[in-house]
Amino acid sequence: MLKGKVAIVTGGSRGIGEAIAYELASKGADIAVIYSGNVSAAEQVCRKCQEVYGVKAQAYLCNVADFEIVKQTVAQIKADFGTVHILVNNAGITRDGLVARMKEADFDAVLDTNLKGAFHMIRHCTGLFLRNREGCIINISSVSGLIGNAGQCNYAASKAGLIGLTKSVARELAPKGIRCNAIAPGFIATDMTQDQSDNPLLAQVPLGRMGTPREVAEAVAFLASADYITGEVLRVDGGIAM
Amino acid sequence: MYFESIARIVAERTGCDVAEVKPESKFSELGIDSLDTVELLMSLEDEIGIEIELDQKVETIDDLDKFIQSKQEQAS
Repeated sequence: MLKGKVAIVTGGSRGIGEAIAYELASKGADIAVIYSGNVSAAEQVCRKCQEVYGVKAQAYLCNVADFEIVKQTVAQIKADFGTVHILVNNAGITRDGLVARMKEADFDAVLDTNLKGAFHMIRHCTGLFLRNREGCIINISSVSGLIGNAGQCNYAASKAGLIGLTKSVARELAPKGIRCNAIAPGFIATDMTQDQSDNPLLAQVPLGRMGTPREVAEAVAFLASADYITGEVLRVDGGIAM
Repeated sequence: MYFESIARIVAERTGCDVAEVKPESKFSELGIDSLDTVELLMSLEDEIGIEIELDQKVETIDDLDKFIQSKQEQAS
Protein backbone atom coordinates (compact mmCIF):
# COMPACT_ATOMS: atom_id res chain seq x y z
CA MET A 1 0.00 0.00 0.00
CA LEU A 2 1.15 3.49 -0.83
CA LYS A 3 -1.40 5.39 1.23
CA GLY A 4 -0.09 8.79 2.33
CA LYS A 5 2.60 8.78 -0.34
CA VAL A 6 2.84 11.40 -3.05
CA ALA A 7 3.96 10.23 -6.49
CA ILE A 8 4.99 12.29 -9.51
CA VAL A 9 4.51 10.60 -12.86
CA THR A 10 6.04 12.42 -15.82
CA GLY A 11 4.44 11.81 -19.18
CA GLY A 12 1.42 10.76 -17.16
CA SER A 13 -1.35 11.81 -19.50
CA ARG A 14 -1.30 8.74 -21.74
CA GLY A 15 0.31 5.44 -22.59
CA ILE A 16 2.52 3.80 -19.98
CA GLY A 17 2.48 6.91 -17.79
CA GLU A 18 -1.30 6.90 -17.62
CA ALA A 19 -1.28 3.25 -16.55
CA ILE A 20 1.37 4.02 -13.92
CA ALA A 21 -0.75 6.86 -12.51
CA TYR A 22 -3.73 4.51 -12.13
CA GLU A 23 -1.69 1.68 -10.66
CA LEU A 24 -0.07 3.90 -8.01
CA ALA A 25 -3.43 5.58 -7.31
CA SER A 26 -5.01 2.14 -6.87
CA LYS A 27 -2.47 1.50 -4.11
CA GLY A 28 -3.49 4.73 -2.41
CA ALA A 29 -0.81 7.19 -3.56
CA ASP A 30 -1.70 10.79 -4.36
CA ILE A 31 -0.69 11.58 -7.93
CA ALA A 32 0.94 14.60 -9.57
CA VAL A 33 0.73 14.10 -13.31
CA ILE A 34 3.26 15.98 -15.42
CA TYR A 35 2.27 16.37 -19.06
CA SER A 36 3.65 18.31 -21.97
CA GLY A 37 0.81 18.88 -24.36
CA ASN A 38 -2.60 17.34 -23.95
CA VAL A 39 -4.30 19.11 -21.06
CA SER A 40 -7.64 17.37 -21.46
CA ALA A 41 -6.01 13.92 -21.42
CA ALA A 42 -4.00 14.85 -18.31
CA GLU A 43 -7.07 16.17 -16.54
CA GLN A 44 -9.01 13.07 -17.43
CA VAL A 45 -6.32 10.89 -15.87
CA CYS A 46 -6.51 13.01 -12.71
CA ARG A 47 -10.31 12.75 -12.62
CA LYS A 48 -10.14 8.98 -12.87
CA CYS A 49 -7.55 8.87 -10.06
CA GLN A 50 -9.88 10.95 -7.89
CA GLU A 51 -13.18 9.30 -8.75
CA VAL A 52 -12.16 5.66 -9.08
CA TYR A 53 -9.36 5.48 -6.53
CA GLY A 54 -10.31 8.33 -4.19
CA VAL A 55 -6.86 9.92 -4.11
CA LYS A 56 -5.73 13.48 -4.63
CA ALA A 57 -4.54 14.10 -8.18
CA GLN A 58 -3.45 17.15 -10.09
CA ALA A 59 -1.99 17.81 -13.53
CA TYR A 60 0.98 20.08 -14.23
CA LEU A 61 2.04 21.37 -17.62
CA CYS A 62 5.83 21.10 -17.70
CA ASN A 63 8.51 20.51 -20.30
CA VAL A 64 10.89 18.24 -18.39
CA ALA A 65 13.70 19.20 -20.78
CA ASP A 66 13.76 22.67 -19.16
CA PHE A 67 15.78 22.79 -15.93
CA GLU A 68 14.15 25.97 -14.58
CA ILE A 69 10.59 25.00 -15.46
CA VAL A 70 11.07 21.66 -13.71
CA LYS A 71 12.35 23.50 -10.64
CA GLN A 72 9.23 25.68 -10.59
CA THR A 73 6.92 22.73 -11.19
CA VAL A 74 8.42 20.68 -8.35
CA ALA A 75 8.08 23.72 -6.07
CA GLN A 76 4.42 23.99 -7.07
CA ILE A 77 3.84 20.28 -6.42
CA LYS A 78 5.46 20.69 -3.01
CA ALA A 79 3.14 23.61 -2.28
CA ASP A 80 0.09 21.62 -3.38
CA PHE A 81 0.91 18.17 -1.94
CA GLY A 82 3.32 19.00 0.90
CA THR A 83 6.12 16.77 -0.34
CA VAL A 84 7.05 14.00 -2.78
CA HIS A 85 7.92 10.37 -1.98
CA ILE A 86 7.91 8.64 -5.36
CA LEU A 87 9.22 9.96 -8.67
CA VAL A 88 8.51 8.07 -11.88
CA ASN A 89 10.47 9.42 -14.83
CA ASN A 90 8.39 8.13 -17.67
CA ALA A 91 8.26 11.09 -20.08
CA GLY A 92 9.83 10.11 -23.35
CA ILE A 93 9.76 10.94 -27.01
CA THR A 94 11.02 9.27 -30.19
CA ARG A 95 12.53 10.81 -33.31
CA ASP A 96 13.49 7.63 -35.12
CA GLY A 97 15.82 7.64 -38.08
CA LEU A 98 18.92 6.03 -39.47
CA VAL A 99 22.11 7.26 -37.89
CA ALA A 100 23.52 8.13 -41.34
CA ARG A 101 20.71 10.61 -41.87
CA MET A 102 19.79 11.72 -38.39
CA LYS A 103 19.51 15.45 -37.79
CA GLU A 104 21.35 16.84 -34.82
CA ALA A 105 18.12 18.42 -33.60
CA ASP A 106 16.43 15.00 -33.52
CA PHE A 107 19.25 13.49 -31.51
CA ASP A 108 19.26 16.42 -29.08
CA ALA A 109 15.50 16.53 -28.61
CA VAL A 110 15.36 12.89 -27.58
CA LEU A 111 18.32 13.19 -25.22
CA ASP A 112 16.94 16.40 -23.73
CA THR A 113 13.56 14.94 -22.84
CA ASN A 114 14.36 11.31 -22.09
CA LEU A 115 17.69 11.63 -20.29
CA LYS A 116 18.14 15.21 -19.17
CA GLY A 117 14.45 15.38 -18.27
CA ALA A 118 14.98 12.58 -15.76
CA PHE A 119 18.06 14.32 -14.39
CA HIS A 120 16.13 17.58 -13.97
CA MET A 121 13.34 15.84 -12.09
CA ILE A 122 15.75 13.94 -9.84
CA ARG A 123 17.81 17.07 -9.28
CA HIS A 124 14.84 19.05 -8.02
CA CYS A 125 13.11 16.26 -6.07
CA THR A 126 16.17 15.01 -4.19
CA GLY A 127 15.99 17.83 -1.66
CA LEU A 128 12.50 16.67 -0.70
CA PHE A 129 13.64 13.05 -0.47
CA LEU A 130 16.59 14.04 1.73
CA ARG A 131 14.29 15.95 4.05
CA ASN A 132 11.94 12.98 4.28
CA ARG A 133 14.85 10.56 4.66
CA GLU A 134 13.04 8.39 2.16
CA GLY A 135 12.42 8.47 -1.52
CA CYS A 136 11.93 6.21 -4.47
CA ILE A 137 12.93 7.04 -8.01
CA ILE A 138 11.88 4.83 -10.91
CA ASN A 139 13.23 5.61 -14.35
CA ILE A 140 11.46 4.13 -17.34
CA SER A 141 14.27 2.98 -19.60
CA SER A 142 13.83 0.54 -22.47
CA VAL A 143 15.20 -2.70 -23.83
CA SER A 144 16.56 -0.44 -26.61
CA GLY A 145 18.94 0.87 -23.99
CA LEU A 146 20.09 -2.66 -23.20
CA ILE A 147 20.36 -4.30 -26.62
CA GLY A 148 20.06 -1.37 -29.05
CA ASN A 149 17.55 -0.95 -31.84
CA ALA A 150 18.32 -0.08 -35.47
CA GLY A 151 16.75 3.25 -36.35
CA GLN A 152 16.69 4.42 -32.75
CA CYS A 153 20.26 5.41 -31.97
CA ASN A 154 19.07 8.57 -30.20
CA TYR A 155 16.34 6.83 -28.22
CA ALA A 156 18.55 3.86 -27.32
CA ALA A 157 21.35 6.20 -26.23
CA SER A 158 18.96 8.13 -24.01
CA LYS A 159 17.58 4.93 -22.48
CA ALA A 160 21.05 3.46 -21.92
CA GLY A 161 21.99 6.78 -20.34
CA LEU A 162 19.09 6.41 -17.94
CA ILE A 163 20.58 3.14 -16.70
CA GLY A 164 23.88 4.82 -15.85
CA LEU A 165 21.97 7.63 -14.20
CA THR A 166 19.90 5.12 -12.24
CA LYS A 167 22.87 3.20 -10.89
CA SER A 168 24.88 6.29 -9.98
CA VAL A 169 21.97 7.94 -8.21
CA ALA A 170 21.21 4.65 -6.46
CA ARG A 171 24.75 4.48 -5.09
CA GLU A 172 24.89 8.16 -4.17
CA LEU A 173 21.59 8.33 -2.32
CA ALA A 174 21.38 4.85 -0.81
CA PRO A 175 22.97 6.02 2.47
CA LYS A 176 20.03 8.42 2.85
CA GLY A 177 17.36 5.79 2.41
CA ILE A 178 16.58 6.84 -1.14
CA ARG A 179 16.25 4.11 -3.75
CA CYS A 180 16.59 4.43 -7.51
CA ASN A 181 15.66 1.74 -10.01
CA ALA A 182 14.91 1.44 -13.70
CA ILE A 183 12.41 -0.53 -15.70
CA ALA A 184 13.23 -1.63 -19.22
CA PRO A 185 9.99 -2.28 -21.08
CA GLY A 186 10.09 -4.15 -24.36
CA PHE A 187 7.38 -3.83 -26.99
CA ILE A 188 4.45 -2.25 -25.22
CA ALA A 189 1.26 -1.46 -27.11
CA THR A 190 0.70 2.32 -26.79
CA ASP A 191 0.02 5.21 -29.16
CA MET A 192 3.76 5.77 -29.38
CA THR A 193 4.57 2.23 -30.49
CA GLN A 194 1.53 0.94 -32.35
CA ASP A 195 3.44 0.75 -35.62
CA GLN A 196 5.79 -1.80 -34.03
CA SER A 197 3.39 -4.57 -35.03
CA ASP A 198 5.33 -5.17 -38.26
CA ASN A 199 8.67 -4.96 -36.50
CA PRO A 200 10.45 -8.25 -37.22
CA LEU A 201 11.80 -8.19 -33.67
CA LEU A 202 8.28 -8.84 -32.41
CA ALA A 203 8.56 -12.43 -33.66
CA GLN A 204 11.53 -12.78 -31.34
CA VAL A 205 9.59 -12.02 -28.17
CA PRO A 206 9.69 -15.34 -26.31
CA LEU A 207 6.27 -14.72 -24.78
CA GLY A 208 4.96 -14.11 -28.29
CA ARG A 209 3.08 -10.83 -27.85
CA MET A 210 3.41 -7.15 -27.06
CA GLY A 211 3.11 -6.09 -23.45
CA THR A 212 0.46 -3.81 -22.01
CA PRO A 213 1.01 -0.49 -20.21
CA ARG A 214 -0.60 -2.09 -17.17
CA GLU A 215 2.10 -4.76 -17.04
CA VAL A 216 4.78 -2.05 -16.89
CA ALA A 217 2.77 -0.14 -14.30
CA GLU A 218 2.58 -3.21 -12.06
CA ALA A 219 6.37 -3.42 -12.11
CA VAL A 220 6.52 0.26 -11.09
CA ALA A 221 4.19 -0.39 -8.16
CA PHE A 222 6.32 -3.36 -7.15
CA LEU A 223 9.52 -1.32 -7.14
CA ALA A 224 7.76 1.49 -5.27
CA SER A 225 7.42 -0.78 -2.26
CA ALA A 226 10.44 -3.06 -2.73
CA ASP A 227 12.48 -1.68 0.15
CA TYR A 228 15.60 -3.77 -0.40
CA ILE A 229 15.95 -3.20 -4.15
CA THR A 230 18.04 -0.35 -5.53
CA GLY A 231 20.12 0.13 -8.67
CA GLU A 232 18.15 -2.59 -10.41
CA VAL A 233 17.09 -2.62 -14.05
CA LEU A 234 13.92 -4.68 -14.24
CA ARG A 235 13.03 -5.91 -17.71
CA VAL A 236 9.34 -6.07 -18.53
CA ASP A 237 9.78 -7.31 -22.05
CA GLY A 238 8.35 -10.77 -22.58
CA GLY A 239 11.90 -12.09 -22.46
CA ILE A 240 13.22 -10.33 -25.58
CA ALA A 241 16.36 -8.90 -24.00
CA MET A 242 17.38 -11.81 -21.81
CA MET B 1 26.58 34.86 12.06
CA TYR B 2 25.01 31.46 11.63
CA PHE B 3 27.76 29.62 13.49
CA GLU B 4 25.63 28.76 16.50
CA SER B 5 22.80 27.34 14.43
CA ILE B 6 25.21 25.31 12.31
CA ALA B 7 27.11 24.06 15.34
CA ARG B 8 23.92 22.97 17.09
CA ILE B 9 22.60 21.10 14.06
CA VAL B 10 25.98 19.44 13.53
CA ALA B 11 26.08 18.41 17.18
CA GLU B 12 22.56 16.99 16.97
CA ARG B 13 23.42 15.14 13.80
CA THR B 14 26.71 13.64 14.94
CA GLY B 15 25.96 13.29 18.63
CA CYS B 16 29.06 15.24 19.61
CA ASP B 17 29.22 18.01 22.20
CA VAL B 18 28.35 21.38 20.69
CA ALA B 19 31.45 22.85 22.32
CA GLU B 20 33.61 20.58 20.18
CA VAL B 21 32.37 22.25 17.02
CA LYS B 22 34.64 25.16 16.13
CA PRO B 23 34.49 27.55 13.16
CA GLU B 24 37.64 25.95 11.78
CA SER B 25 36.34 22.40 12.22
CA LYS B 26 36.26 20.51 8.96
CA PHE B 27 33.05 18.66 8.10
CA SER B 28 35.11 15.60 7.21
CA GLU B 29 36.66 15.58 10.69
CA LEU B 30 33.19 15.78 12.21
CA GLY B 31 32.13 12.75 10.22
CA ILE B 32 29.95 14.71 7.83
CA ASP B 33 30.26 13.91 4.14
CA SER B 34 29.36 16.14 1.19
CA LEU B 35 25.83 14.77 0.92
CA ASP B 36 25.37 15.36 4.65
CA THR B 37 26.28 19.02 4.16
CA VAL B 38 23.45 19.31 1.63
CA GLU B 39 21.08 17.88 4.24
CA LEU B 40 22.53 20.15 6.88
CA LEU B 41 21.81 23.14 4.73
CA MET B 42 18.21 22.00 4.40
CA SER B 43 17.82 21.88 8.15
CA LEU B 44 19.27 25.38 8.25
CA GLU B 45 16.89 26.57 5.56
CA ASP B 46 14.01 25.42 7.73
CA GLU B 47 15.45 27.15 10.75
CA ILE B 48 16.50 30.44 9.17
CA GLY B 49 13.59 30.49 6.77
CA ILE B 50 15.57 31.12 3.61
CA GLU B 51 16.29 29.01 0.57
CA ILE B 52 19.92 28.43 -0.28
CA GLU B 53 21.38 26.36 -3.06
CA LEU B 54 24.72 24.85 -2.15
CA ASP B 55 26.51 25.27 -5.47
CA GLN B 56 30.05 25.04 -4.19
CA LYS B 57 32.06 22.83 -1.90
CA VAL B 58 32.43 23.87 1.72
CA GLU B 59 35.14 22.37 3.88
CA THR B 60 34.72 23.95 7.27
CA ILE B 61 31.93 25.23 9.48
CA ASP B 62 33.16 28.75 8.83
CA ASP B 63 33.07 28.16 5.04
CA LEU B 64 29.41 27.25 5.32
CA ASP B 65 28.67 30.21 7.58
CA LYS B 66 30.32 32.62 5.12
CA PHE B 67 28.62 30.91 2.18
CA ILE B 68 25.18 31.42 3.69
CA GLN B 69 26.00 35.03 4.55
CA SER B 70 27.10 35.73 0.98
CA LYS B 71 23.89 34.18 -0.36
CA GLN B 72 21.90 36.29 2.07
CA GLU B 73 23.60 39.45 0.88
CA GLN B 74 22.95 38.54 -2.76
CA ALA B 75 19.30 37.94 -1.98
CA SER B 76 18.75 41.20 -0.16
